[in-house]
Amino acid sequence: MPAGATVARVETDSEEVEEGQRLAVEARDRVRFEEDALALSDQVYRVARHLAGSREEAEDLVQETYARAFRSWRSFQPGTNLRAWLLRILTNLNIDRGRRQQRAPQMQALEANDYFLYDRLAENGDGVPDEERVVERLSQDDIVSALSAVPHDFRDVIVLVDIGDFSYQDAAQILDIPIGTVMSRLHRGRRILKRELAESAVQEGA
Amino acid sequence: MRDPCAHCEEMMQPYLDRILTDEEMVEAEAHLNACDYCRRRYRFEESLRVYVRQVVSEQMRPELKERLAALRIPLE
Repeated sequence: MPAGATVARVETDSEEVEEGQRLAVEARDRVRFEEDALALSDQVYRVARHLAGSREEAEDLVQETYARAFRSWRSFQPGTNLRAWLLRILTNLNIDRGRRQQRAPQMQALEANDYFLYDRLAENGDGVPDEERVVERLSQDDIVSALSAVPHDFRDVIVLVDIGDFSYQDAAQILDIPIGTVMSRLHRGRRILKRELAESAVQEGA
Repeated sequence: MRDPCAHCEEMMQPYLDRILTDEEMVEAEAHLNACDYCRRRYRFEESLRVYVRQVVSEQMRPELKERLAALRIPLE
């Protein structure tokens, strides 16, 4: 056997070994990615539940998000925020599906101040109430229906920041809007939410 | 001179978001320590946020969790 043939075969073997090692590392990274992503599914679902109209839609949206995430896991940069990355996929899918009905911007006048909900709720009781008790004058249904009455653009920000606990920066990245817009929508969205809550409190009190 | 309670009201959201500057923070806390009216409304706002979060945090069904796990790409 000529000497050259042996050398060539040895090289092929070492290439195969390298390829095998590369695949093993990749498989390990992928499994780790999938586990990390699945560990965040409760938080992803919580956001989906408030972006989508129904539980079924939310479940579909979460499944599509994970299917896409698992397929394109290589485009995730390790060390960056996986939760924000997943939510970015989710909000893009939500927009693609046309689930986001663009409503006319809120034209109704908002109460000029931030204390009005407390004042509205507190005035129905006798004497000076305890702050924690005042909150309990709102039912769980009041909260759910008030939140769903907040227009999408504002609700998305409330859901991410106040419910999902995302930073302004993350919310800006997920929704692909400037951070200043996150802040102004949050400010306005909270006012709208409180106005809705005040209205439901008045109806019940009447 | 501005009404100190109206000014405190403007600082409520940024205060709860913890984005006030150190100087504004000192100012807000000084007012809150002295003013029962504003303190009550701040506490209310804080419990409202907690309450909203609790109410809307619906858990996902275990079936969905299983379906998500099944979406993982099998190893060759």
